[in-house]
Amino acid sequence: MNKSGIELHNLAIGYDKSPVITGMNLTLPLGKTLALVGGNGSGKSTLLKTLAGLLPPLAGTLEVLGAKPGKQPLKISYHGQFHPNTFLLPLRSIDVVRMARFPHRGYFGRITQEDENLIQNSLAQMDALELAEKPINSLSGGQKQRVFLAHTLAREADLVLLDEPTAGLDVPGSELYGKMIQELKNQGKTLIIATHSIKEAAQCDFVLLLASRVVDFGTPAQVMTSVNLMETFGLVAQLSGNDILIVDPHHGHDHP
Amino acid sequence: MEFFFAPFLNNGFMLNALGAGSLVAVACGIVGTFVVLRGLAFLGDALAHGVLPGVALALLWGFPGFIGAAVGSLAMIGGISWVTKKSKLTADTAIGLLFVGMLALGVVLVSQSQSFSGDLIKVLFGQFLGISTQDLWIQGIVTLVLGLVAWIFHRPFLLLCFSDEQAQVSGYNAKFYHFLLLVMIAVTVIVSFQTVGTLLVFGMLLAPAAASSLLSRRLGTMMLIASALGILCVYLGLLFSYHYNLAAGASVVLVAVGIFFLVLLFSLGKKGGPAHE
Repeated sequence: MNKSGIELHNLAIGYDKSPVITGMNLTLPLGKTLALVGGNGSGKSTLLKTLAGLLPPLAGTLEVLGAKPGKQPLKISYHGQFHPNTFLLPLRSIDVVRMARFPHRGYFGRITQEDENLIQNSLAQMDALELAEKPINSLSGGQKQRVFLAHTLAREADLVLLDEPTAGLDVPGSELYGKMIQELKNQGKTLIIATHSIKEAAQCDFVLLLASRVVDFGTPAQVMTSVNLMETFGLVAQLSGNDILIVDPHHGHDHP
Repeated sequence: MEFFFAPFLNNGFMLNALGAGSLVAVACGIVGTFVVLRGLAFLGDALAHGVLPGVALALLWGFPGFIGAAVGSLAMIGGISWVTKKSKLTADTAIGLLFVGMLALGVVLVSQSQSFSGDLIKVLFGQFLGISTQDLWIQGIVTLVLGLVAWIFHRPFLLLCFSDEQAQVSGYNAKFYHFLLLVMIAVTVIVSFQTVGTLLVFGMLLAPAAASSLLSRRLGTMMLIASALGILCVYLGLLFSYHYNLAAGASVVLVAVGIFFLVLLFSLGKKGGPAHE
């Protein structure tokens, strides 16, 4: 069997038949990390959602861990960009992390002691044990983000999809996040991370530069050239059909 | 003591009202919890009012009211989904449009006939004091089914309250479970409007669950407290209505909203403010 994490052939992604990126081809080996780098609207989140099975591919084929996306909920976890304002739950943080075990236990299966240990460890790893009993809607943005990352950890997935996971994290939070990524790498997980941070991208095995199209794909040393980055983030006019698109470099909330 | 119990012990209709009201309270406690957690209050409101033309037509053509209410709810849910999908407007706008449209249609239908203006009052405000034993059975069975569905699917529902995306990624079809929730809201409205009326069922759906959300940190606890508060509201509302000759349904809902504000003040005093950023 082919041991690839993800395989894209002529893939077109987007919303409701309006493509954001077309003709994507790439293979990410199992156990490798891939950074998706690009400004806002470059297609990072759209690609992650497509990989997670939240958006159907518009054209081409896509295999995620050897199957169609969305078919292996136990093996894939997705950390989306949360919108804390729409978050009404008065539930405790620990219950949010506990939900990560639902796919493994079905409708009625008991949450086992093993699960509980995993939940505690995940909270501990994100230094969120003291937040466990607090209602999630009482936490600050950064604290919530740590609980959500603990949720992602507790999924124990083989493929971890992260959409701007450091948003809202303070310096200690970012350090915890860095350790979490390192540990996931050591465990041989496949990671795909959407990021604005060139520094974070440089630590991944592969980088995919996006600007509503694939700018380049390869190892950080190969693709992160000034010309490529200028194309990805710089003020570039490009033709897309009959329209001229301007990619604004000042739109990102992180430093390129 | 007599003040508190005699009205129910000496009058069969009061006991039936208490029984039916309590069942409505439990159904609304379960479903209202999801309405509050998923932020579906406006949709619940629209559903409660949107059944009016269906009920009016049913009365006009001699069908049972609940069939008209069911058709009205289906038209409402279908219309909202269609407008949201085709126009790219937010659900709020779609709900608002359908809401006023259905309400106006209901009033137009009613204005066509003078004979059932009395029935209209019943539809809007309920027949709390005219509950039959058969009504009690129907309400009881529906409440039981709603409870069972909530229990069987509590994990996908909980994930859905957390995030649609997380529910989907966890292998639960988010669209299906969202639709199931809408059906549960519609069913609650349809069976409850005979008791408290379409205008007031929404109060029972929202107020006890909203109060409970200030007091609980778990889904099950929230439903239990919401149901218990709802039953308390029904009891107190009926009691006041009996002694002071007030409209029964409206009294119940007034008590429910009053209790919400009491709980809010209590939680403000306890924590020095609701625990939000």
